[in-house]
Amino acid sequence: MSVAPEEPEVLDRRLDAAALDRRLDAVWQTPRGLWAALATVDHKIIGRRYIATAFVFLALGGLLAVAMRLQLARPEARVMSADRYNQVFTMHGANMMFLFAVPVMEAMAVYLVPLMVGTRNIAFPRLNAFSYWMYVAGGIVLWGAFVFDMGPDIGWFAYVPLSGPQYAPGKRADIWAQMITFTEVSALAVAVELVVTIFKQRAPGMSLDRIPLFVWSMLVTSFLIIIAMPAIMVASTSLILDRLIGTHFFNPAEGGDVLLWQHLFWFFGHPEVYIIFLPAVGMVSTLVVTFSRRPVFGYLGLVLAVISTGILAFGLWVHHMFVTGLPRLGESFFTGSSMAIAIPSGVQIFCWLATLWSGRPVLKVPLLFVYAFLFTFVMGGMTGVMVASVPFDTQVHDTYFVVAHFHYVLVGGAVFPLMGAVYYWFPKITGRLMSERVGRWVAGLVFVGFNLTFFPMHLLGLAGMPRRVYTYPAEMQWGSVNLFISLSALVLASGFLLFFWDAFRSLRHGIPAGDNPWDAPTLEWATSSPPPSYNFARLPVVSSAYPLWDERDALSVATGLRPDRREVLVSSVADARPEARESSPRNSIWPLWTAIATSIMLVWSIFTPWAVVWGSIPIATALIGWFWPKGVPEDDA
Amino acid sequence: MNERIVLDVSHLTLHGKSSASVTWWGTFAFMLLEGTGFALLIAVYLYLESLASEWPLGAPPPDLGPGSVLTAVLIASLVPNYLIARWAEQENLHKVRIGIVIMTVLGIVPVVLRFYEFPALHISWDSNAYGSILWALLGLHLTHLVTDLGDTVVLAILMFTRHGANKRRLGDIQDNALYWNFVVATWLPIYVCIYWVPRL
Repeated sequence: MSVAPEEPEVLDRRLDAAALDRRLDAVWQTPRGLWAALATVDHKIIGRRYIATAFVFLALGGLLAVAMRLQLARPEARVMSADRYNQVFTMHGANMMFLFAVPVMEAMAVYLVPLMVGTRNIAFPRLNAFSYWMYVAGGIVLWGAFVFDMGPDIGWFAYVPLSGPQYAPGKRADIWAQMITFTEVSALAVAVELVVTIFKQRAPGMSLDRIPLFVWSMLVTSFLIIIAMPAIMVASTSLILDRLIGTHFFNPAEGGDVLLWQHLFWFFGHPEVYIIFLPAVGMVSTLVVTFSRRPVFGYLGLVLAVISTGILAFGLWVHHMFVTGLPRLGESFFTGSSMAIAIPSGVQIFCWLATLWSGRPVLKVPLLFVYAFLFTFVMGGMTGVMVASVPFDTQVHDTYFVVAHFHYVLVGGAVFPLMGAVYYWFPKITGRLMSERVGRWVAGLVFVGFNLTFFPMHLLGLAGMPRRVYTYPAEMQWGSVNLFISLSALVLASGFLLFFWDAFRSLRHGIPAGDNPWDAPTLEWATSSPPPSYNFARLPVVSSAYPLWDERDALSVATGLRPDRREVLVSSVADARPEARESSPRNSIWPLWTAIATSIMLVWSIFTPWAVVWGSIPIATALIGWFWPKGVPEDDA
Repeated sequence: MNERIVLDVSHLTLHGKSSASVTWWGTFAFMLLEGTGFALLIAVYLYLESLASEWPLGAPPPDLGPGSVLTAVLIASLVPNYLIARWAEQENLHKVRIGIVIMTVLGIVPVVLRFYEFPALHISWDSNAYGSILWALLGLHLTHLVTDLGDTVVLAILMFTRHGANKRRLGDIQDNALYWNFVVATWLPIYVCIYWVPRL
């Protein structure tokens, strides 16, 4: 047996800095042109696209919210029909959860995690490209259907029997179910990439206790995705089967069960909240450290809090089903577990406060968003403890109280930190800073606008206004509060508008940032802004959790890698001891073909089950093209 | 910023094996993901059973024949599967080529047997929820049999080309063997569910 003989190697240690940059760039860069743009597997380019696309969906979902507020601003309004309103609130929820919140958090990680752990590309970069195309296709399917008046109208959690074959004829519910498949495939792919990147591609010396907290959060989030999202895929696939080929999973007349849907949905749906929230927690920890100018208080406590939140997340789902008549003992258990989640959340809040208290906080825009987060999230957490109690939940279930509660935790808990994170990492991604002055206005308008919009919804809910009604009679006397909310929503929307404007303007006219404008301690700031295609000319070696603070004179790096192929270091899981110089795949157009083939099969399968059979052939062909060895230096072993 | 070279990694291998390889970890991540899917379907089966007044619902228990033969074949396939992983580890291309042909055959046989299993259920997917979950369990596992077979066939062809003599491809053989173990392991609880739970 002959294994390909190893050629005499060219190693980076013989090259000076300029020559090394030139060699690495030749191997790693994405050339200009459309074909190269479609074939790229650079995590930074894909991450940028992912982030931009997610914010497009945020804007579209925001427009739907404005449309709903127009309709609800006064009683008996006729801005849109009941049917259109059903589509609009379903689209708003589905879009925000599946096309914005989860993807944007993963997108930030796709860009940042490889830089923060000191490697040159994400693990499985072609899967990453595939994931992005699947995500875009899912978005096009959902929004395309909406444009043609085929948008789902069954609420973002698509309860049966409303979404079943009997009550939802046509293809609207199938569009919802298949959009789930698209977005879950893409989310699961990124989750696998992140787990492996974080486990195996950390810089030498980055042992578990030196991993940046955002990276820890993304690790736990990725595991949540891997374990929670199969539940929604099982659910949505069963729903399509019930609708298309007459299975009876959710049909009580033939031994099925409608509550089975709710169990499956919320076994995914509750962890989903933490899939969105935990990355935000990591962002907050990052911002708090940089702007407090000190290491975080309680690193171990914060990591354990994130992990325990992740575990507890799977023991809460039934609290969404308190009014379905489950056994009392079950309800008590889930009340207990729901309240227990306040403990790790509390630990985190106290660690952040202690870090800020004992540091020298610099009040830049990202930190303003952290303050907005702390206030708003604690409010949402407290109403969360309230609805965890069965008698209270029974009163406010399906009212605007719940709408207020989850917007406080999701917008306050995730979107505010995300906006802070955008202000923080924008200079790394683009090379330019966003405006500090405009940013203060954005933070103010969004914070004030949000609270004025959503706080009164608590009161509306207590007054009995149900969610998902397209209008209400004047006699209910909800009109003035609703008008106030709608006007406040304009303040909130103007804040977001200003945010988008600032981002666009800063792309060209922002102040050049330099490598590390905030004097931050983690590895992404050790390279240029924006980073070169290969991230680091020499891979960093780490001896503390805050390498850029603890080694201010020079960055410790490794040498001895080949510059003539895409090479990264693989290291051991616990103590990040280098194990191999592994290759990283080159650009390839095949992930795009695979995504197109998969999209055709998934959309086709809404209409006939045979699509799964015939549609699999092009997918298999594309996958073979993807994996077939091309005889490049990356195949060397 | 300035750099200080503190580590030389030139002595490291150009391709990590097993736990030093990213594909090994990726395979495990996908096994966790798909294993969760299987576990959930089994949970759905048991949930529906707990609600039903009789089980199986409106049908006799499935015939034991085809499913049991398939189970025996899958368990037997673990032996050559173990051997091919070891031969790949030893970089013995000749034996790997023999092994991958055997594994291709052992991938085709269960797919054929599966099509005898469906009629042995004595119920259609659209008869009732019991039929639906049975077909879903068999169907989901069938997709795993088929995708792993596809993977095995492609690897088999690869082994007879110039690309076969490469540690990286032999690593693929090991990862494929690892995944086959998973396909067999997930079948066992499904087999118990479909064929023995109705007989309890």
